[in-house]
Amino acid sequence: MDIQPIFRSLRKHRIPATLIVLEIALACAVLCNAVFMMSQRFEHLTLGNAIDERGISIITVDGVDTSPNISAIPRDLAALRRIDGVKAAAVVDSFPLSENSWESGLSTTPAQHNDVNTSFYPVGQGAEKALGLRLLQGRFFTSAEYAAGTVKNYTPNSPVTVITQRYAQLRWPQQDALGKALYSGIQRLTVIGVVANVLAPSLAVNGANGEYNSIFMPVNYASSLPYYVLRSAPGDRVRVLQEAIKTLRKLRPQEIVSGDVFSDFRGRYFASTHSTLSTLGFVCLVMLAVTAVGIVGLSSFWVAQRRHTIGIRRALGATRHDILRYFQVENFLLTTIGIAFGMLLAYGVGLLLMQYYELPRLPWTYLPVGAVVLWVIGQLAVLGPALRAAAVPPVVATRSM
Amino acid sequence: MFGYYVDLALRSMKRNAVLTALMVTTLAVGIGACITTLTVYSVLSGDPLPDRSARLFYPRIDPVPEAAQSLKKDKPASIMTYTDAMNLVRARKAQLQAAMALATVTVSPQGASSFPFKESAIITTPDFFAMFDAPFQYGGGWSAADGANQAHEVVIAKALNDKLYGGKDSVGQTVQIDKHDFRIAGVLKHWAPEPRFYALDLGPHTYGDGDGIFMPLQTALSKSIGISPINVFCFQDNADMSHLQTAPCAAFGVWVQLERASDATAYRRFLSDYVQEQIAAGRMHYPAVSLRNLTQRLSHEGVVPQDVRLQVWLAFGFLLICVVNTVGLLLAKCLRRAREIGVRRALGASRRHIFAQFMVEAGLIGIAGGLLGLGFAELGVLNVRHQPTEYASLAHMHPCMFALTFLVALAASLFAGLLPAWRACTVAPAPQIKST
Repeated sequence: MDIQPIFRSLRKHRIPATLIVLEIALACAVLCNAVFMMSQRFEHLTLGNAIDERGISIITVDGVDTSPNISAIPRDLAALRRIDGVKAAAVVDSFPLSENSWESGLSTTPAQHNDVNTSFYPVGQGAEKALGLRLLQGRFFTSAEYAAGTVKNYTPNSPVTVITQRYAQLRWPQQDALGKALYSGIQRLTVIGVVANVLAPSLAVNGANGEYNSIFMPVNYASSLPYYVLRSAPGDRVRVLQEAIKTLRKLRPQEIVSGDVFSDFRGRYFASTHSTLSTLGFVCLVMLAVTAVGIVGLSSFWVAQRRHTIGIRRALGATRHDILRYFQVENFLLTTIGIAFGMLLAYGVGLLLMQYYELPRLPWTYLPVGAVVLWVIGQLAVLGPALRAAAVPPVVATRSM
Repeated sequence: MFGYYVDLALRSMKRNAVLTALMVTTLAVGIGACITTLTVYSVLSGDPLPDRSARLFYPRIDPVPEAAQSLKKDKPASIMTYTDAMNLVRARKAQLQAAMALATVTVSPQGASSFPFKESAIITTPDFFAMFDAPFQYGGGWSAADGANQAHEVVIAKALNDKLYGGKDSVGQTVQIDKHDFRIAGVLKHWAPEPRFYALDLGPHTYGDGDGIFMPLQTALSKSIGISPINVFCFQDNADMSHLQTAPCAAFGVWVQLERASDATAYRRFLSDYVQEQIAAGRMHYPAVSLRNLTQRLSHEGVVPQDVRLQVWLAFGFLLICVVNTVGLLLAKCLRRAREIGVRRALGASRRHIFAQFMVEAGLIGIAGGLLGLGFAELGVLNVRHQPTEYASLAHMHPCMFALTFLVALAASLFAGLLPAWRACTVAPAPQIKST
């Protein structure tokens, strides 16, 4: 297909050509960045969490007594374990996606040189069964370790810890983490076990790629442990939760008892992510529709403007197919130029967003995505007008000047 | 002539109904998006105390004693220790001053069937109410002597008073907070400044229903009550957070009221001198101080959530796309009537007349787009109200947003109409009249 005549004809019709290029370029810039932002949020939503999410219910007991009643917790747990359907029960100080977290910098040397922000999960006996943690290496805590561990003034004084696999790979890449030590101030924590990746209570608090910076510590019931974790079959969750709340309210009349299944906590945590995702998706769709309408409208008019030229070409022997091909190639050229500008613009906008809003840099793999979508839209948009143009009979050339 | 142009424009719009509808919708969508995001932005960035925001200042010093750890290395921290906060308040170098922190407490209602519930509380010193003009419905605040004596007094908000006492005058009644009895000294009228500027650095929920309980600072921190603020940053290991009066921890913010600019300068000097004294005594290390008033803080410190600001820019980008597409559609609509233009030119209309005619047409499309865009914006704001954000319930269309909608619509449509109108007025009349 000869491209030269197309270019020459474009030079004569600069305004419609420029408009189409501009429409495509702007759409490309917005699309690339919007799709990138959407995929980031989507990644967040699909982060894995190696606990029994579908089987866990969590009950919060908000006591006012700052001095914990040591005998209350075993009594509560015994009552909860008697509920039909409860496979395991334990108390914890925090849980994934709870937004209630305690972080501290931990280093691998006593001199505190390479602090990494880490979330602490102080847990009571039986937590590994209640949460459904998957042990990959080493072991969980023994009863003695649970009995001896305490937390005072946000300082742990248990000497052992179980960490997530991602965290182990982060602190000691290519090495075996078992037996290694972490230091929090003067306290030394020895790694005795590695579990499959468990999310931190808050995803943003430990920085980028810190979603799995979690370590578990054994504590006894003299510490603050406000969350009861119950594990049951997914079908029993709701009933177990209701009965457990009733039981705890009877046992603890002075305290605020409330609870939810874990899926609801996850839903609440990601509610705004979901809504941003759908807003961005909606905006993208509307924008593509607006662009398509604009291109269709402009192309219809522009093709109609060249009726006489088309008539002459047909009279000279061009087939309908030739005319159709001509307009499709012309549109393809314009779209390509528009996409080229659009990608530059998309990258520029991405840099601006990175600078002013601290968003990550737009990776170049997203640029082709916008390109392909707009090529398809451009071709579809010009199809109607091009078909109409191909239907122009040759006799038009012989009529009016 | 103007009426004639409007008549011509309306006729043309009727003749090209589909194209006109597309144009109006395209513009309306862009305008709706812009107005929605601008509404949310204006609600969140409004000045909560316009009559005194320039006179309320927030002093900042850096409380850490060593060079090793600092909250923020290049500028002073946003909260300070109990000692420094009370030193500033007791020095009384400003007209009014108050130290404060944010906490969550448990309220246990008296009835047998009522369950305890959580309430947001501000622990502060007595000048708080006068400085921020918090309106009292019943009673008043506590005195400085009450504070120093750790009196068990509180001021409660209207919402809490309605919940516990059905809105009646409850001054003198006892309320149980964190298992301790407190006497109600006063009840506030509904007071929820948006944003909750006095607790910007003290905890979450910058937008919401306000705090329910106001308690004397010394009482809250006393050994028997032991309330712990939400945001506590300790800069030494093994800090005893249950004794914040002496612990090496920062948790408190201080606000001061300074009437004149000269007062502000004098206070800044006092602040620097105070920090120098503390450095000499070995308690602090960084000499930097900052004293910004509320107006400056609101504009410079990014109170409005980042997402909202980003959405405003996204909406303007979207409006640009809509305008560019409208230019294309307007071009198509105008040049289709090349013959009509030729006839008018032949009858004596000048280029300027043609230009004016098409600009009027663009303006009319703008007004129609504005009307439809207003509808879209209302839908958009409704959608924001149903989102799971803390400011969702604040999203409402303002009357001045209505005027802004039409302004934006007219500006956009007139801008879009420039190119087509210019192109129309350069149509040569002769070839148009010749053809059949």
